[in-house]
Amino acid sequence: MIKRILSSSYLGILLVMLYAPILIIIIFSFTEAKVLGNWTGFSFKLYTSLFKGGVHHSLSSALLNTLVIGLIAAFASTILGTMAAIGIYNLQPGPQKAVKMVNTIPILNPDIITAISLFLLFVSLGLTQGYTTVILAHITFCTPYVVLSVLPRLRRMNTNLYEAALDLGATPFKALWKILLPELRPGMISGFILAFTLSIDDFVVTLFTIGNEGLETLSTYIYADARKGGLTPELRPLSAIIFVTVLVLLIVINQRAAKRKV
Amino acid sequence: MYRKIRSFVGRRRNWTIPYVLFLAFFVIVPLALIVVFAFSNNEGGFSFTNFRKFWMQPEAMNTFIYSVGVAIVTTFICLILGYPAAYLMSRMEPKRAKLMVILFILPMWVNFLIRTLATVALFDFLKLPLGEGALYFGMVYNFLPFMIYPIYNILQKTDQNLIEAAQDLGANPRQVFLKTTLPLSTPGISSGILMVFMPVISTFAIAELLTINNIKLFGTTLQENIYNGMWNYGAALSLVMLLLIGITSLINSDGSTKAAEEGNLI
Repeated sequence: MIKRILSSSYLGILLVMLYAPILIIIIFSFTEAKVLGNWTGFSFKLYTSLFKGGVHHSLSSALLNTLVIGLIAAFASTILGTMAAIGIYNLQPGPQKAVKMVNTIPILNPDIITAISLFLLFVSLGLTQGYTTVILAHITFCTPYVVLSVLPRLRRMNTNLYEAALDLGATPFKALWKILLPELRPGMISGFILAFTLSIDDFVVTLFTIGNEGLETLSTYIYADARKGGLTPELRPLSAIIFVTVLVLLIVINQRAAKRKV
Repeated sequence: MYRKIRSFVGRRRNWTIPYVLFLAFFVIVPLALIVVFAFSNNEGGFSFTNFRKFWMQPEAMNTFIYSVGVAIVTTFICLILGYPAAYLMSRMEPKRAKLMVILFILPMWVNFLIRTLATVALFDFLKLPLGEGALYFGMVYNFLPFMIYPIYNILQKTDQNLIEAAQDLGANPRQVFLKTTLPLSTPGISSGILMVFMPVISTFAIAELLTINNIKLFGTTLQENIYNGMWNYGAALSLVMLLLIGITSLINSDGSTKAAEEGNLI
């Protein structure tokens, strides 16, 4: 009994440590004070001014850029990664091992190495850095995760189904659409969500590939803000909203995963 | 011609080709460029100038050594705090354990800059000074889940029969832990160490925010050089970091394949 109490309180303390900073942000999103940590009475003002825009035009455009880049990168890497996974699954063991190994490089590489290497690529090619370079960079570090979430679905599915469809006269395209994709869909969806969250959370790679033409994502905006000393108060409600959204997304994913196992 | 194209596309292993080309262009070539830039001088000729500079100028070298130190200490603290947590979670009934895993992973999905700034706010709130203490708190706070998850994963899969066998053969709880549980969990420990050590060594921006610009880590040195147009020197410093990381992951190659798979946290 005592053991049990001790063990839950140890985990409890760790969780309090992990959640304390986030709770502070959420609590102080309901007050107007400019400086984080001052309580000047309960108010929704920060939430309303976040959505009104106008004054915080740069914040809302940064948010929009983040979402657009995240969606495009996630979409592109889901397609590229799913195709790659189907191909990799059908490769001979030797080449398969090689492609899988190169696939893990972007995952194991620290952000800053990926960032610098892509920066050098873009400057060597003489490309102007902006939307395109950021999206290409995001596809680079997102796709490996899609490959890793689609491959297990392929391993689990019955490959005879695809062959059977072909034997029964389906074109390869039709067999892909009717047989393969429905089987792979759960893995593709997990991969898409993972890619999207990785993209919107990224800071280092974005900073190195975004150029200096005034394009900002949420991360680079926060970074610039933090370096100036003060954090825009509207970032508090925004973080609170993002946290709750991610919470909901994670619950949905886990429910899906639980259902899949049944 | 059309037929040829169709049979080419129809062979599913050919579907790897776009991705292989993509990887070659956006992963292999950029890494090769780091090497090329590192061994070039400003005129583009082959030279060792950048490495000589790294060796001769104590500033970058000191930052590098200090960063390795911070990474080692952070990894150690994460291991000491994380192992008991993972162990306790592995002994829970599966449903509760699953909830715990989600609770530990969830904070990682808040933008790490916001999390770091929240840590700064927490220290202000508790009237604690920012500095080295805050730096370690922030690092452990950011990377602890990466240690807990792989260790929990391996402990949870440990064959209970082996532990029972040890007990039946007369081992006391301490011996059971030291001789059976701990050795069986080493793969989890090594991938946890890798998943904490490698990101910490390359962090950028966390240290400045937590120490009011008093402490600089190697990641920032890299960024400053690239930003100030010293591409060759920056590339050389990146290569130094890449070597360190290559050596670390070669030492436990088991850990690195596992770490890559577990990068897939959800």
